[in-house]
This record gives sequence, structure tokens and C-alpha cells, in this order.
Amino acid sequence: MTELSFSRRRVLALGGASAFAALPLPALALSANQAENLVTTAIGEINRVISSGASVNSMVNSFKGIFDRYADTSYLAAYALGNDGRSASNAQKAAFSDAFGIYLANKYGRRFNEFAGGRIEVQGTQPVNSYMEVRTLAILRGQSPFQVDFHVSDRPGRPVFFNLIIEGVNMLLSERAEIGAMLDARGGNLDQLIRDLS
Amino acid sequence: MCHLLPISALDKLLLRTITSHFRAVCVLSAIAATAACTAPTPGAEYNDPFEETNRAVHAFNKGLDQAILRPAGQVAAVVPEEFTTPVVNFADNVGLPGMVANGLLQGDIGGSATNTMRFLINTTVGIGGLFDPAGAIGLAEETTDFGETLAVWGVPEGAYVELPVFGPSTERDAAGVIVDLIFDPLQSVGTGVQLDYGTGARVASLAVDRGTFMDTFDSILYESADSYAQARLAYLQNRRFDLGEAPPTVSEIDPFSDDLSLEGF
Repeated sequence: MTELSFSRRRVLALGGASAFAALPLPALALSANQAENLVTTAIGEINRVISSGASVNSMVNSFKGIFDRYADTSYLAAYALGNDGRSASNAQKAAFSDAFGIYLANKYGRRFNEFAGGRIEVQGTQPVNSYMEVRTLAILRGQSPFQVDFHVSDRPGRPVFFNLIIEGVNMLLSERAEIGAMLDARGGNLDQLIRDLS
Repeated sequence: MCHLLPISALDKLLLRTITSHFRAVCVLSAIAATAACTAPTPGAEYNDPFEETNRAVHAFNKGLDQAILRPAGQVAAVVPEEFTTPVVNFADNVGLPGMVANGLLQGDIGGSATNTMRFLINTTVGIGGLFDPAGAIGLAEETTDFGETLAVWGVPEGAYVELPVFGPSTERDAAGVIVDLIFDPLQSVGTGVQLDYGTGARVASLAVDRGTFMDTFDSILYESADSYAQARLAYLQNRRFDLGEAPPTVSEIDPFSDDLSLEGF
């Protein structure tokens, strides 16, 4: 267990993947290095889209593409729908999954101006249960730096995001509450919700 | 009648004893009120027994935001930083004596020392607190309040409450807000300018914050399907994060757990 006392830099220098694989618990196929790479690659792509100067709609489309490539879209949709998804057909679930991605890209993509000129500093990565938590500091224009934790797993067989915690506020919990409230407002009509989100 | 007569030193002393007594009683009753905090219902997602009242207050607060704070934030957002930053600095600075006192009550000597240095440097070198030279040399504010002091003392969080004007809170934090208002050490250590303009600057600084985080506030208050539920969720999680309290197990979200079927998605 001496590996635990190594600094993050040291572990990375020694080859993070093998050092973590040597730890008895938890048995993760995903390394800290891979999780951090996912964060920096995705942030890099988002920043390129923001600085491209494209129209808002074109940017939102690009964000949807990034989301599909780097996020665990199935898990996110299933979690957001929660118990309301139990009685849904597979066709409804697939349609909701796609509509939910469009909704997220719209909701967060339209606020890109807040992220313009900002950067993300990786502070460190640690295994939690069966996933990796990449702790970062978001440094945005005109704001004090704040903590953003990216939760990364390899559930679909590749590293993907499945949650985002901003200063303690859990994105998946907020979205489950929001989707639940939207369904209530539509009398529980999932097809109507899918149409409205798309 | 009293005020027609010249106040003797003895009268002053008496007055001070009475006011300090009054303060002590207020603090004690605030603590007693939180000690009797509403316990959570087992199994419930939120400890929110006052939801009906809270929702009414939330509607009132939203109206207040729409009529006053949001328009003020829009104005503040277009005022150049050269004007807003000194106001925010001044407002932050007058809040420091209270944070020093709370840090001491929590046994946080380091935090109190940092905040004391900040207050001394910014009040003098920083021209009454308009500038932040302390921040420039790495003395960042160690933000705290009496709600955190109560948490350190082991007082439970209590039920969620939405306060008129002040917004989302808990029973513990509401008691904290009251105590911090009554018991502001700035009254003893502040300069005349700080006492005269402190409250005004704090209100103006709220408008600046509303302007800076316009999109975040708007998305919660006006673009969500249930703004009350979103504000409650965001406040409770963010407050627990600030206090270093572990989130309840409900937020242990793990894609490998079996609680959720992913079939079809």
C-alpha cells in the first residue's frame, strides 16, 4: 500500500495506470491518467468550439456531438428519468435519451459566453466506488475560481463522463428533479416531454 | 424624558449592559430555537416540513427579484469594473470583523488571523477597504458566518426554510443570519465611514453578484420547471459543500450499481 503515499505527480511519472492497477481495491480498469485525459481532451474541444466564432445554433450542435462522444448518454438519461422510466417502452427510452442530450446541449451550450476565455486546472484524481473523480478548479473571467469534479467511468467500455459536481451541486440530481417536474407539468406524458425537449 | 437630560457615564454603562444583555438573550434564544430543530422524517428526500409556507415565500422572493434585484443586476452588469470592484471590496471588508469573531468561536485561529490581517491591511493600505491589496499578497478571505459556527458546535441543520428577502436557508442558518445581524463586531471596530456605508455597500454588492451570475440565477428562477425545488437542491448541496459536510448517500450516484436498469436507453 506504499503507493498511496506517492504524490500524484510521482505516480503519474511512474506510469499511473500500472501503479493504480497494483492497488488491491478497488479493481478499476480505468486509470487516473485516462480519466484526466478525458477531462482535458473534452475541455479542449469545448474551448475550440467557443473560440470558433460560429453561430449559437451551430455551437449547440457541436456541443451535442461532444456530449455524445464523451458522456455516458444512456446512464445520464436513465438516471434523469429515474422511476418515471420504468413503464416506458424501449422506443420511448431511446427517444428520450436523444432528446435529453439535445436539451443539455441547449441548456449549457447557450451559456458558452460565461466559459469564454476560461480554463480548467486539474487538481488531482482519486478512485471513488467504481469510478474516478477528477477534481478541477474552474478559472473563469471575472469570477473567483471554483471547484468542479468530473465523475468518469468506463461502463460502456471506454472512459466517459457520467456526472459533474460544481461546488457541491450534483448535476444529475438537479436534472432528475428538473425532468421530474417537467413530466409532472405535462401530466406524466413522456411522449410530450420528448417532443418538447427535442 | 430621558433623552432630554444629559446622559451620565452611569446611564451609558447601564444602557450598554442592557443592550448587551438583550443581545445575549437574542443569541441564547436563537441557539435554543435551533437546538429544537425539526428532525428529518426518516426516508424523506428532504427535511422540508414547511414546504407549503416556503413555496409562498419563494413566490414572494421571485417577485422581489423580478421587480428590484434582477433589474439592479442588469444595471450593475454594464457598469465598468473600475466602479463596481471598489464597492464589492468595501462590502467584503466590512464583513470581516464578523468572520474573525466567528472564526474564534469555531477555534479556527488561522482563519481568524488571516481575516484580521485582511481587515487591517485593506482598511489602511487599501484606502478604507476600497481596494484589496491583502488579496494581492495571497491573503484570501476565509469566508464564514454564525451558521457555520453553530454547525461546528454540533447543532443539527434542521429543516429547510426559505426566508423572505434572504432566500434559501435552513433552521440552523436562519438562526445564524439573525445572530450575525444583531452581533456585528464592526459596530465596535469599524471606522465612521464603514458604519455609515457598510450596509449600503453590502446591498449594492448583492446587485453586482446578481449581475455577474445573471444566467445562473435566471436558469434556476425563471427557466426551470420547478424553481423552488431547484433552489432548495442547489442551496442545500452547496451549503453542505462549503461547511465540509458529507453529502447524504442519495447523491452516491454510480453507473455500476444495480439500482437503475439501463436497458433501452
